[in-house]
Amino acid sequence: MSTILLSNIDVGSHLYINFTEDLHLHGETLFVSTLVVVFLSIFLFLGTSDLKKTPGALQNIVEVIYDLIKSVAITQMGPSYYSQFLPFIATIFLFILGCNWAGALIPWKLIEIPQGEFAAPTNDINTTACLAILTSLTYFGAGFKIKGIGYFARYIKPTPLLLPINIIEDFTKPLSLNFRLFGNIVADELTVTVICSVVPLFIPVPIMVLGLFASTIQALIFATLASAYIGEVIE
Amino acid sequence: MDSIVAAASVLAAAIAVGFAGIGPGIGQGNAAGQAVEGIARQPEAEGKIRGTLLLSLAFMESLTIYGLVVALSLLFANPFAG
Repeated sequence: MSTILLSNIDVGSHLYINFTEDLHLHGETLFVSTLVVVFLSIFLFLGTSDLKKTPGALQNIVEVIYDLIKSVAITQMGPSYYSQFLPFIATIFLFILGCNWAGALIPWKLIEIPQGEFAAPTNDINTTACLAILTSLTYFGAGFKIKGIGYFARYIKPTPLLLPINIIEDFTKPLSLNFRLFGNIVADELTVTVICSVVPLFIPVPIMVLGLFASTIQALIFATLASAYIGEVIE
Repeated sequence: MDSIVAAASVLAAAIAVGFAGIGPGIGQGNAAGQAVEGIARQPEAEGKIRGTLLLSLAFMESLTIYGLVVALSLLFANPFAG
């Protein structure tokens, strides 16, 4: 069957780094996420290394971010437990925000690689799945740490009849976190690609700005949900 | 790819996105309407209402996104392509 494609859009093709027949890494995802981690580390180090009473520009930004995440964590987890999980929530939030923006703000299309293309690491489903599973593990760990073995009482509340649903919920939570982030980022990039292939100038810019806004919201949503899940377990 | 499978996949992708758009559309409309009403009634609460509204809009939008994920996997990673 011969097909005519108006534009060639790649979804799900990656720059594979092969180790063995079955084991390979996604090169571009790994590269961009490493870049994000390095950038975030430098940014946070510079922002917090020289703390002053009257903050400079960098310290101001860091303080705003800290206040935002802290308010999210306090609303979801309550004032007595939030501080233990604040580093996790903050890491998740900053990493996702950095990843989403790295895909949108850096002109990756200028760099040609043999397979796939550079993009936001969060448009690879493996990245988002990893983040979602980490969230799951964290709320399991939080439950065990704070409630001990009594954590399992949660599964037969409010009645033992709900046991299957409560167990299924443990699988649907990471799944929905995963698909939400992945779908939103892929949808943004796909929209921009499709519109660029039709009208390459000026028209895509508002869509890109909207994508930037939406990806910020998605990072916030992921952090909020992660802390809501933790809060639900420990309350 | 078999042409029947291709045609069915394209159709299924369109239906998935189309129907997934209906519910969240209604929900988002309701939420936005209520938020506007709330702001009109109490303009000083605008900041709080806006924050909550954005968060809940994103939740609703994610339902559409599930449909989109199904559509994308049918179009680009079709398990029945053979």
